Amino acid sequence: MSAGQRTCVSPPSYGQGSAGPLPVLKPFRLGAITAASPCSSLTARTGALLIIALALSVGIGEAQAAPGTPSILATILKWTPLLAQGFALNITMSFLAMAIGTVLGMALGLGLISLNRPVRASSWLVTQFFRNAPWLVLLFYCILLMPFDVRIGGIIVPLPGWAKSTAGLTLPVMANVAELVRGAVQSIPAGQWEASEALAFSRLQTLRLVILPQCVKRMTPPWMNLYALVVVGTPLASIVGVNEAMTLTGDVLSSEGRTELLVPMYLYLLTWFFAYCYPIARATVALERRFQVP
Amino acid sequence: MEYLAVGLPEEGARTDPVSRRELPTLQADMIDLTPFWDWFRELYATTGIKLTIFYDAFDRARFANGFLTSIRLMGLCIVASIVIGVLGAWAQGSRLRLVRLGTAAYIQSFRNTPPLVQLYFFYFALGSYLRVTNNLGLAVPIVSNFTWATICLSLYAGAFNVEIFRAGIEAVPSETVNAAEALGYGRLAAYMHVILPLAFRISLPALNNNLVNLVKTTTIAYAIAVPEMLYVANQIWSDELNVPEMMNVLLVIYVALVGVVVYVMGRWERAMRVPGYMP
Amino acid sequence: MGWTSEQPLIQMRDVRKKFGALTIIDGISIDVMKGEVICIIGPSGAGKSTLLRCINALVPIDSGSITVEGQEVNDPKLDKLALRRKVGMVFQQYNLFPHRTALANVMMAPLHVLKRNRAEVEAEARALMRKVRLDGKEDSYPGELSGGQQQRVAIARSLAMQPDVMLFDEVTAALDPETVKEVLVTIRELAEEGMTCVIVTHEMGFAREVADQIYLTDRGVVVEHGPPAEFFTNCRDERTRRFLSQVL
Repeated sequence: MSAGQRTCVSPPSYGQGSAGPLPVLKPFRLGAITAASPCSSLTARTGALLIIALALSVGIGEAQAAPGTPSILATILKWTPLLAQGFALNITMSFLAMAIGTVLGMALGLGLISLNRPVRASSWLVTQFFRNAPWLVLLFYCILLMPFDVRIGGIIVPLPGWAKSTAGLTLPVMANVAELVRGAVQSIPAGQWEASEALAFSRLQTLRLVILPQCVKRMTPPWMNLYALVVVGTPLASIVGVNEAMTLTGDVLSSEGRTELLVPMYLYLLTWFFAYCYPIARATVALERRFQVP
Repeated sequence: MEYLAVGLPEEGARTDPVSRRELPTLQADMIDLTPFWDWFRELYATTGIKLTIFYDAFDRARFANGFLTSIRLMGLCIVASIVIGVLGAWAQGSRLRLVRLGTAAYIQSFRNTPPLVQLYFFYFALGSYLRVTNNLGLAVPIVSNFTWATICLSLYAGAFNVEIFRAGIEAVPSETVNAAEALGYGRLAAYMHVILPLAFRISLPALNNNLVNLVKTTTIAYAIAVPEMLYVANQIWSDELNVPEMMNVLLVIYVALVGVVVYVMGRWERAMRVPGYMP
Repeated sequence: MGWTSEQPLIQMRDVRKKFGALTIIDGISIDVMKGEVICIIGPSGAGKSTLLRCINALVPIDSGSITVEGQEVNDPKLDKLALRRKVGMVFQQYNLFPHRTALANVMMAPLHVLKRNRAEVEAEARALMRKVRLDGKEDSYPGELSGGQQQRVAIARSLAMQPDVMLFDEVTAALDPETVKEVLVTIRELAEEGMTCVIVTHEMGFAREVADQIYLTDRGVVVEHGPPAEFFTNCRDERTRRFLSQVL
């Protein structure tokens, strides 16, 4: 009957089917195992414990510090404001990439379900292309081949590295959101389309009033998954020279020049990302459970 | 040899400098591709599109090695991450609380942190402790960067795979397990013959998805100078100043590679379909 | 147009429809006059439901003609929306919009398709909900209503467009026996008020009560038709007798 629930998993789905309509097989839900099962691991307590473990291991080099040099923890605390700035840039890039990518992706998604064959085919090509391309290659592409500034009207707008990196991240977001939209629209039962047609709604009205509002709920958990992936992908910008948290950590380590600082600093950076992404993961699982579609 | 780009033989060399084996010479019955490569030389002369990876032997060899390194990295990571996934899914069902917690800690840590930072952590931070002094008195790393990349990427993808396999196992209803046990299957036998085949087929779409993402993520090995395709392309475009051409070639190759993986996985999925269970 | 009410409201002539190699409708001709209630019965198969869907152009026909109020449905230049404003349809699976309340479901089409005034539409919608005996449930979501209640909301939703003819596609087949009756009562009241109805149903008792003409279809053709009195007591065809003996 319907195309089955396309619960997108993390990473975003490549068109998976769900367990079929036979009542014998339970539905395949990634969220369910981490939340409801006895081996549930995605609780607040687990997260807090992990952060504490990471934070403690940050100090493992403490014993190796030579006498006379400042302690590891003091050094880390000294550099925290700088790292926080860098992390803020990461978050900004992720917000922008996600926002712009979502808008573009929804438009592309509507192209994927269009009745017009050329529109559908070209949307499919664009989606497949940007889904299949590695994110780092797209970043390189944008950094190297986008101009240094753009002339709009009479004003020259400079394009800094982080802006080009954000553009590079927007492209895969756009393609993945388009795929999400397509999957969600296809999972709406055919009866909804029939009823709208019988009530003399035009196709655009059907999409706007009936189909898309129902899709929003289905799309939200995988969309949040995608956001977590984007956040975790922003350090790629450090490879192309953007001054975000990863680059700054490297700079700090090279300026301090102490090998016992390596493990604690990287663990510290990992902890920052973990502290940001873990709540998102938990919220995603909670939403997935609430929005469970039959 | 850890990776393949060590010691490129010069044109006309008779022995390989590293392995000291004799190199094959172009014989009469081998295909001489020179006219094919010359077409690209013509292309450069007429249109300015510089694709030295075709007509220049050195660049050609470099790029081919980079391609093969990428393929090797992808293949190893795919296999290792699946093994990790199966083991982890088993561990998550263990009766020992410590094992379960440990697996959960592993999954959550690797899923919620950037793979690039993990890679740097492994290579720079942990790698700094794993050094031995060679006979010249220099500190040499025990684990090469290729190996670190393999380890890190396998662990990253493995964390996702554990959840995927676990979800597949949980989707097999307990009545089916009861039926297997009523027929006399022991726990291990029930797993091997009933639960795992079903679970595997159910989780195949999500697994394919994850493996495709793994293939795309292997490009981050660039950051620790693993000579895979992106890194070699970077070297080439620094030498030859043909950035747009190389970027386009890279994009096309990667998209095609991923497309091949998607296609192969799709065929496998269809071959593994259980009629009536799955759409 | 030039259609007058002496002419049939719906006129089907030799309608044929194939799905691939399977012939679903194999030459059906039915006339429906204004105010008539037609019941189509017969063995299970997609033919009856497909026929209804052909009338309001949800499914195109291969050959033959269907005219609704003089307008040919098979015409490629047909204004489908205009047709569907005249023809209302209620489905077996109700197909209510789950993200809107019952009242919103009833109001949506007149507001967005007919672009009528909101206050008017709301007043009419509430009156319709009262008519199908669901006053008090206006602000409930479809997921909170029983099957019979949902089906009545679906009927009210179609009525809100003020159609000239209503098509009912086995509307009680998916309901529990207790709730079937409330829906049938609603349909009967509609019929008594003079609404032209084409009803595909399995409920023989209901058909006998409410129909002006009963048509039996089997394998894509009309086997027999007639007013209920004749049909159930004096059926002529062997297949009719066999079918009736199975269901009665």
